Amino acid sequence: MDELIRLDRVSMAYGRAEQAVKAIEEVSISVAAGEFFAVVGPSGCGKSSLMKLISGLHPPLGGTLTVEGRPVTGPLKKVGMAFQNANLLPWRTAAQNVLLPLEIVQPHRSRLRAERAAYLDRARKLLDSVGLAGFTEKFPWQLSGGMQQRTSICRALIHEPEILMLDEPFGALDAFTREELWCTLRDVQARQKVTVMLVTHDLREAVFLADTVYVMSSRPGRIVKRCEVNLPRPRDLDVTYTQPFQDIVHELRTLIGRH
Amino acid sequence: MESRELAIKFGAPAAFTVGLFVVWEAVCRLFEVPLTILPAPSDVFAALWQYRAPIVDNSFVTLWTTLAGFLIATVFGLVLGIAVGWHRALYAGIYPVLVGFNSIPKVAVVPVLILWFGFGEIPAILTAFLISFFPIVVNVATGLATTEPELEDVLRALGASKLDIMRKVGIPRSFPYFFGSLKVAITLAFVGAVVSETVGSNKGIGKLMLDAQASFQVPIVFAGLIVLAVLGILLYAITAAVEKRFTGWAFRGQAAH
Repeated sequence: MDELIRLDRVSMAYGRAEQAVKAIEEVSISVAAGEFFAVVGPSGCGKSSLMKLISGLHPPLGGTLTVEGRPVTGPLKKVGMAFQNANLLPWRTAAQNVLLPLEIVQPHRSRLRAERAAYLDRARKLLDSVGLAGFTEKFPWQLSGGMQQRTSICRALIHEPEILMLDEPFGALDAFTREELWCTLRDVQARQKVTVMLVTHDLREAVFLADTVYVMSSRPGRIVKRCEVNLPRPRDLDVTYTQPFQDIVHELRTLIGRH
Repeated sequence: MESRELAIKFGAPAAFTVGLFVVWEAVCRLFEVPLTILPAPSDVFAALWQYRAPIVDNSFVTLWTTLAGFLIATVFGLVLGIAVGWHRALYAGIYPVLVGFNSIPKVAVVPVLILWFGFGEIPAILTAFLISFFPIVVNVATGLATTEPELEDVLRALGASKLDIMRKVGIPRSFPYFFGSLKVAITLAFVGAVVSETVGSNKGIGKLMLDAQASFQVPIVFAGLIVLAVLGILLYAITAAVEKRFTGWAFRGQAAH
């Protein structure tokens, strides 16, 4: 498979000069196009920083970072992001919320006004595909937490990004809703073949969804382990109760440290 | 809305107001309070009717100076609020000055304004403006500052400019704050206009009351107070209605079903 993202001994820090706090130290990873990779680790280990780095929102301190072979110097524009909080705009309906990225990125930005109906249709179709048919014209406060999160993921996907970045997207949901959304995400990724970066501290979530799981150490974050999940796809929720699955989760857990 | 709810919404305040006047009237009659200290409502309303022509005349002056000052404050407050909310450095620089300026009692500024612009409506308009723009600036700036950083990341990663983020997220987000502050500002503008009229003007309800007081026509003074209260409630109600019209989404509790 083609390599999409490459980090070669990349470090990153917040703040300037002497007061700088190192968030990430000498991280080297390589991600293939269409790969689903997860980053797990203790809180504050720099998982989210890694996301900011790859998306071009924060420059690296050292090392080389390339996406599609080109060094990253600014916002990539081909990423879609979703976070723990859905962060939907309360004055817009679900469909209008999903349209937001298209109002920013070209070429949609200049076409949107003329072809608004067609674009709204596209947003509705995407919402349908994650099980939100019938809720496209609802406002965020009329949606449950899980529905809001589905909408947020649709918003991250509408401009057909190459990389979908999810920062603990299901962290605020109850266990059943969370597992439902795992399946939604699994299907979306299988359908669209998008490269997904999932930051989480739910190890079961990481193993169920990802092809590769990276374990980071506490701050400054380093990759302490790269673990390939060789469970066959498509994966069913039942797989989470099998021995091989449990073994991987257990192994990852021991790497993260004990109490 | 159900008739029961309607009764509570409009009936309760009406009953309370009427009750207040009844008690007031009773106290005045029972203790035979002199007219020059506290006139009874019946005297006040009699004065209100008798002098309706000058009262209406002066009310319009007060109303228009208030609205003119309020309008300037709205535009100025919105622009300055967006500017201050946009730039951290601008915020740091301007904010202390604003707070300092706002803590000056505006009555103290009126003589200066009269010195510059003479007696008349301009000092009243300017006082109304000066007293009412501050809450608008603060609220708009706060609204802009509360944009979620994650949402900003989502948009910045797409290559959105600061202006894009402001237009799509920041400014709409600050709308409820803005309209909320208008309710405060309109009452303040009204206070400013009347204060200025009382200190030095040739027209307006404030001036009317001042003249009545000088000639011991206390019922007219109280008639003026009642007119001010009614106008104040009216102005507030109008801005509140505008607020609801434009930021219905922020009042989801009522609109949910």
